[in-house]
This record gives sequence, C-alpha cells and structure tokens, in this order.
Amino acid sequence: MPIRKVRVFNRFERFWHWTQALLVFVLLFTGFRIHGYYGGISFDQAVYFHVVAALSLVVLWIFAIFWHLTTGTWRHYLPTTRGLWPVVRFYAWDIFKGKPHPYRKHFWRKHNPLQAASYLGLKLFLFPLVWFSGLAYLSYNYWQNGISHPALGWIATVHVATAFAILAFVIIHLYLLTTGGSFAHHVAPMITGYDDVELTDAELAYLEQDEPQRLGK
Amino acid sequence: MEWSPQLPVGGRHLAALLLLLSAGAGPLFAGVTAEAEQEGGRVELGISEYTDIGVKGPVDNPITALDEDRQRKSTADHSEFEELRGPFNNGPEVTRACLECHNRADDQFLKNKHWTWSYTHPVTGQKLGKSVLINNFCTNARGNEGMCAQCHAGYNRTGPDYDLTKQENIDCLVCHESTGTYYKLPPTRGNKACAVMFEGKPPIDWAKVAQSVRLPARANCGSCHFYGGGGDNVKHGDLSSVLFHPPREVDVHMSEEGENFACIICHVGEGHQWAGSRYNMIARDEKEHALPKPGMERETATCESCHGDRPHPAGIRGFKLNDHVDRVACESCHIPAVARGGVATKVFWDWRTAGRLKNGEGYREEGYIQGNGEARHTYKSIKGSFEYDENFPPVYRWFDGVMKYTTIDTVFDPSKPVEINHFGGSPQDPDSRIWPFKKMRTMQPYDKGNNTLVYMHLWGDDEDAFWGNYDFARAIARGMKDNGIPYSGEYGFVETWSWWPQNHMVAPREQALDCDQCHSKDGRLKELTGFYMPGRDSAPWLDWFGLLLVGGTLAGVGGHGLLRILLRGRGS
Repeated sequence: MPIRKVRVFNRFERFWHWTQALLVFVLLFTGFRIHGYYGGISFDQAVYFHVVAALSLVVLWIFAIFWHLTTGTWRHYLPTTRGLWPVVRFYAWDIFKGKPHPYRKHFWRKHNPLQAASYLGLKLFLFPLVWFSGLAYLSYNYWQNGISHPALGWIATVHVATAFAILAFVIIHLYLLTTGGSFAHHVAPMITGYDDVELTDAELAYLEQDEPQRLGK
Repeated sequence: MEWSPQLPVGGRHLAALLLLLSAGAGPLFAGVTAEAEQEGGRVELGISEYTDIGVKGPVDNPITALDEDRQRKSTADHSEFEELRGPFNNGPEVTRACLECHNRADDQFLKNKHWTWSYTHPVTGQKLGKSVLINNFCTNARGNEGMCAQCHAGYNRTGPDYDLTKQENIDCLVCHESTGTYYKLPPTRGNKACAVMFEGKPPIDWAKVAQSVRLPARANCGSCHFYGGGGDNVKHGDLSSVLFHPPREVDVHMSEEGENFACIICHVGEGHQWAGSRYNMIARDEKEHALPKPGMERETATCESCHGDRPHPAGIRGFKLNDHVDRVACESCHIPAVARGGVATKVFWDWRTAGRLKNGEGYREEGYIQGNGEARHTYKSIKGSFEYDENFPPVYRWFDGVMKYTTIDTVFDPSKPVEINHFGGSPQDPDSRIWPFKKMRTMQPYDKGNNTLVYMHLWGDDEDAFWGNYDFARAIARGMKDNGIPYSGEYGFVETWSWWPQNHMVAPREQALDCDQCHSKDGRLKELTGFYMPGRDSAPWLDWFGLLLVGGTLAGVGGHGLLRILLRGRGS
C-alpha cells in the first residue's frame, strides 16, 4: 500500500492543540504557584491568570467537543486492542534494539492504539476531573452556603492531584516525541498538518478524486 | 508625648498651650507638668496625666468632601441667638440655655452610654459600661470618677452615685462646640501631688463656646476617644490624634485630602443614639444593612452600610475579592497595620513595677520614640511599665460580634491569662468573619483569695489613693470596700489580655493587603484553623503523591531514554 503525505490535522485541530498546550502550561505554572511551590509572581496574578486560562480552556473545549462530534473525529479515540501489543512491546523492548515503530498512521486512525487509549483517558477522566473540581473550587461561594465548607479542602486536593497527573502526562507526551523517529519528525505534523499515512488504493483514489488538497507532495 | 519637643523642657507645656491658643486652637484638656531636669532630661517628677491630650492643630470643619459646595446646611446660626449671649459662669448654665430650645435633647441624651456609662448587652445580658467594667489599662473608672469622668459627657460626675436624672449636668459643649478652646478638668482634684494638672488654665469664654455649637467634628469625638486608656492611642490602636487631620494613606475616609469624614458620617444615628458600639458589633453585615434602600434603617456603622456586600468592581479579580466578603471583614485587608501615622499604641502594661519613687516622689521616664518623633513614657510610678508598638500587623480571629467580659464577679483560673473580653466565632458560623484585633497584654492586680479582678482606689485626696500613696494593698482594699465587693485581703498579679477590633485608619485601596499576606504557608492567618485556604493548606500526603507521580514519571522516562542511548546500535 502506498504511503503518502496526507493532511491529518486540519487547521482547527492544530489551533486547538497548541492553544490547549499553552493554556495547560499557564495553568500548571500558575496552579503550582497558588499551591505554594514557588514565588516569582504574586498570588493575585497567579489566581488571575489561572482563572483566565481555565475559562479560556473551557471555551476552547466547548468548541473542540462540538468539532469532535460534528466531524466524527471522536472515532479516532475509540479504544481497541488491535495492534496494541506490538506497540507496547516496541516501547518496552524493541525500541532498545533499534527496531522501527510498528504502527503506521491510517487515514481513519491517526493514533496508535496505546496513544488513543492515553488520550481517551486524558479526555474522559483527567480533564473532566480537573475542570469540575476547578469550577467547584472557583464557585465555592455559591454552594458552601455561608460557612467555610469542609468539602473545599477535598475539592482542592482532587484538583491538585489531577494536576500532578496531567503534568505526568505532559512529561510522557513530550518524551515519546523522541521515540520512533526524531522529535522534529513528530512535531512537524502538528505544525504543518501533514503526516505520512498508509493509504489503501480506495482511500488514495477517494482523496485524489474528492479531496486533492489533503494530499501532500 | 509633648506637643512641642523642640521647646526647652521646663514649662514647655505651658508654652505650647499658649502657642496653640494664640493660633486660635486650644486643647480640650490640658494640664501643666512639673518637670525636674534629671540626667538626660528624661525623668519627670510628679503626677501629671492627661497633659498630652486635646485637639491637635485647627478644629476640623465637619463637612464631607462628598458635599460639593462644602456649606453647612443648618437652618440656625447659633451665634445670633440671644439665649446664648450669656453671661454664663459654668457648663450647666450653658446646658440650661441649650435645653430651653432643644427641649427633647435631654430626654434623648439621658439614655446615652456617654451619659449613663452603663450598657446591658442585648445578647449576653451582661451589665457593661465604664461604670462597672474593669479593663487592663488604668483598670477601673468606678470609684475613680474624680479623674476618669474628665471624659464623661457630663459635669461633676465625682462618684458612682451620680444623679443620672439631672439634665443640667449634660455636657452639650464637649460634643458640639467648635472653637477648640473648651476644655475639661478632672471633676475632683485628687492627691496634692496631682495639683499641677489644674494650674495655668485660661478661663473658658462660655458665651463664645456656646455660640459656636454645630454637629460634632473629629475634634470633639477625638478629644476623648483618641486618648482612651490615658494617652494618645494608648487603648484602641486605631484611634489616635493622627485622625484629627490624617494623611490620606492613614485614613482614606477621614483625611482632608480624601472625604474629610467626621466620626458621625459612619457612626450614624438619630436622637442622640448612634451606631457602632464595640460591645455588640455586626461582625457580618450582608443582610440588613448592605446597600439599604431609601427609607430603610441605616443606623449602623458597618462598611457594608455604604459599600454594599459586593464592594469590589466587577471582573475576574473583583469576583474573587467579593468571594471573601462573607468570611473576611473588610478591615482585615484594608487596615494593613495597627497604629499607623506615627503615634504608637500600648501593647504591654506591667502594674507590678508601679510605685517606685525618686526622692520620695513618683516620677516618669521616657523610653520610646514613636514614628512622629515624640517620646512616650515607658514608666510611670502611678501606673508601672509600658511597652509600645506601631505600624504592626494585627492579630486575626474569627469573630461573631458579641463581646463577653470578665467583670468584677467573674471567677477565673489565675494560672492562665485572663481575657478581659472574649468572643465567639468560627468558620462554621455563618455570622462570624475573620477580624483584625489589637491584643493588649497586662500584668494587673487581682484578688488572690477569690480569683477575681479588683477595683482599685486610684484617685482621691486621701491616704488610700494609689496615685499619691503608691500602696496597692490599701488602694485595693478601699476600692473593694467602697463598692461592697468581697475581698480576701490578699492581692497578686495576673496576666490579662484584651482584644480591640480594628475598624479605623482604613487605608487607600492601593495599600490593601496583598493576597500573599494570608495566602501563604507562613501568612497572617497561619493561626486560624478549621477551614481550607489556598496557598496555605494542602493535604499532607498530596505533595508526596505529586512527588511520587511526577518524580516517578521523570525517573521512568529518564531511565527509558538512558537505556536507549546505552543500547544504541544494538540489534537492527
């Protein structure tokens, strides 16, 4: 089957990814400042930028969810065990022997099975956890009913614990960009939108016929 | 402590007094000190209290800057009334003239705390007020009215058996005169050693002060309230002579560079009853008084009664700041420190050292130079030793507004500090908030046999008065006997604390506390527990969890990457 350059990340997807990346970094930086790990900026500024970034991310995610649903892109994240084992074995073993990554991007499947499962966990578990705890934290005065409610401490704990998990995700995410090809090779598709994709003849014919602009040189 | 420290020591009070009088602004209460030049000129012999009090500078004009044309709107010019032409020989004669027209004023004022010196707390039922309470400054006014009633809004209150129905004894002038030349002396002369306090007084021009009356200015209220506890800012910490003419950064409301508020702009009321008693405060004012509508009651001195309960401007920052209003008193952030503006407050008083003599005579020592350059007494034979502080962070406590007092009949455990006043409040109580307090510590006499506080006989021309004879045993025995209080006959000293909520000296917004002052591990609220505060609190295991998770991840990818480098070139 031919491997062709195909635009796999359209403009909104790239905008969403990089804006989200920036906002997550702002949130991690200001959040751990609020938690009290370091100074540099005042508590007041940290809270201000944390809230601005969080609300921006929520707005971005409302658009992203709409986009996932209307374009059918959500299917890319459906969990599967098909091809999972070679990928796991690659990271745990074959990578040290210099073997190539076993996964080839498909037109209908941008992520390898391990990647898709990780992103799904992030989207369905960590992000909602951090948003809902964050929104409860932000709006405590509207539910604590005039007293200093003991639940606030637990909400804050969940919020910070989830932030640690997201930070761990970011670390792994960045590290994995260095595996199975160069860092630049992995980052480029999220900038240009184009990546090498194994196309079936039918897919290639379809693209050439109906979406030629998605095919790169 | 002196008005004009640049003048020669001898007789400088008199000189300062004459200077001020010639400038058209005399002090309300003035005495003259006998001073003896000792080594360094810092020890003064004799008893001369209340020489350092009174209006400083010109009398303020009680028209707020919010009133654009800055005109008084009174319908009467008292200087034109025939009834006030006199001649008057004394205060009661002036009062009778006032009451001829203001014929309900006496009925109103006879119920006022400034007259009765008594107050029944509506929540606790405790009988409070200066007529019965014991504080941890000069301890008790009761039995010492001969001196203490210098600050009673009436004439001739010489003892506890004062006739509270005699309306001609109401002192209208102390609150309403505007010349700055009116003054009051202690109602009795006390020990002969105190005679200097009564010398060299210019006579009062009664007709002139009577014709000068208007609504009270800061000069009127401040003449007593800025000197509570026996000197400038001694007691409250947030009420000092700085407030006669405060710079804007000391008090944004009262400053003439700001709103020029008189006290009564906030302490509003009608019929000679006004809001804002420390005995029963509105610790959280979100329901009744926040942003009242026209016609609604506004007899409250809370910040919210003008600023509402969403005082910060709309926006993300304002939204978060407004979230604090239900739990943190406005004062906690907007009064960044106690005793600002250069006048210090007493923070510790040790009665145990009282009674030391030089050449058989009591004396005073100056040992603290405050922010405005003036010296304060750190020792007085009649009172003991003091410590001062200024511009220091308050103590923060949950406060429900209800002050409970240790009174003469309260039995306590003397092994622990005794709280002269205490209060409730907690994070779980929706009606309490975090308030700033000045904490006053004192070592003061108590009844060692009965474990109660004592009334001391301090002032009087007799052999028992402490101020002149310096004998605690006799002063206490007499004070207790005069009031019919059982006394074991043995006294000791107990540590007492009193708590002074800070409400005045509100700074401009740019000087409000930074968030970090509280939202940090070692911040101002570190002593307050039982609630979660971002930046200060976190579950103890949370940081370990984070360290393990993030550290483990870093170690994992680090190890993985290292292995890849080490094993590079193998295979393939």
